[in-house]
Amino acid sequence: MNLELFFYLLIFPGFLFTAILGLTVGWVDRKVSARFQYRVGPPFFQNFNDFFKLLGKETIIVKDGVRSMFVVAPFISFAMLVLVSAIVGTSLFFNISFGGDLIVIMYLLMIFSVMVVLGGSASGNVYSSLGAGREIKLLLADELAFILVLLVPIIKSGYQLDLGNILAAQADGMFVSSASGIIAFIIGLLCIQAKMTLPPFHIPEAETELVEGPFMEYSGPPLGFWKLNHFMMYVVFPFLLVLLFWGGFNFNGIEILWSVLKYLLIVVLMIIIKNTNPRIRIDTALNFFWKYATPLTLIAVVLAVFGY
Amino acid sequence: MSWYNKRLAKSIWVYHMSASPCNNCDIEILDLLTPKYDVERFGIKLVGSVRHADVILLSGVINQKVAPQVKKIYEQAAKPCFVVGVGTCPASGCCFKDSYNTVKKREDVIPIHLYIPGCPPKPEAMIEGVVKLAGVLNA
Repeated sequence: MNLELFFYLLIFPGFLFTAILGLTVGWVDRKVSARFQYRVGPPFFQNFNDFFKLLGKETIIVKDGVRSMFVVAPFISFAMLVLVSAIVGTSLFFNISFGGDLIVIMYLLMIFSVMVVLGGSASGNVYSSLGAGREIKLLLADELAFILVLLVPIIKSGYQLDLGNILAAQADGMFVSSASGIIAFIIGLLCIQAKMTLPPFHIPEAETELVEGPFMEYSGPPLGFWKLNHFMMYVVFPFLLVLLFWGGFNFNGIEILWSVLKYLLIVVLMIIIKNTNPRIRIDTALNFFWKYATPLTLIAVVLAVFGY
Repeated sequence: MSWYNKRLAKSIWVYHMSASPCNNCDIEILDLLTPKYDVERFGIKLVGSVRHADVILLSGVINQKVAPQVKKIYEQAAKPCFVVGVGTCPASGCCFKDSYNTVKKREDVIPIHLYIPGCPPKPEAMIEGVVKLAGVLNA
């Protein structure tokens, strides 16, 4: 039993699988972005090279600021993502629930953003703390919409919080094919864009004004783990969306192709949104999420309650 | 270390530091990072913070006002970090070498590992220089 637990956490749906798939999908992201700009783009192993290079660099720990928090933040958020990927992955691939339901996932994903804030504000740099402040505002903006988005599959599956039961409820039809499902899916995609701080919501790490935002003072292995976290989110969030709205994966015969297409479709949608939108201001982001996204998702929740 | 050096050679993140230049080399450096030359093919990426940098692209003759800052920025970089002097200024001082405010011994301020001469060097020359650095790392 314990051996299985370690296998789930460290090898298959957990750390190793998510990291390798994430770095590969990160290459897809960079390559597609490059093609958008009429460039050739980086070679296949680029992200792996970046990560291993950062592991071997010197780690500089800032003099002022909270040193322990500064060092610990990337590793805690990494652990959170491994846990989320294990929970989501086991119910997607093995159809067993791995000690957590949707509420646990909500909490763990929020802890990730909190760790970005703590790590950024612990470094004692003005730009980093500005970036951390923006991260809090972005979290405030997208969190309500994200929770409402997660509420839609819960309601549609007959008030089930367990991931396996949500998957089972989609056996006769994906949630995305219903009116409430499609609204929730689109808003969920935008919330994920904000949670991953991808353009147009890369307000916290705005390269041109805040350099790298919360990650500015990081170097060496901690920076490598921040980068790895970012790429692991390319796996965790699309998997979560596939599980909640697209009826999970199926690995029987030709269905494998359809499963891979589902995942790639979500990733490519994210990349297209990323490459075709400029950065918006923090007030525009708040406006967007509070004035438009949240009421729309609320409508989706009401529709879901009435069974549409 | 050779395995690690190969990784380093394939993923060079550059930080652009201008130490009292005439701006000519800076424009060429920005030119280098445009989609036309696409240095991401070689894994070269511009980073905004010197903590992330593997290579510092230094342009300009270092004058006395800016020398302490240049030294400070180099000390803040995570080692291994290489410094590439872009243009004739870091190499020889160009036409400013007898000026009253230039630092006479640039190697005391910052160790420069590679010079790319030219006033300004073309982006192709800069790519060649960085590729040569990668070749040294690969050896």
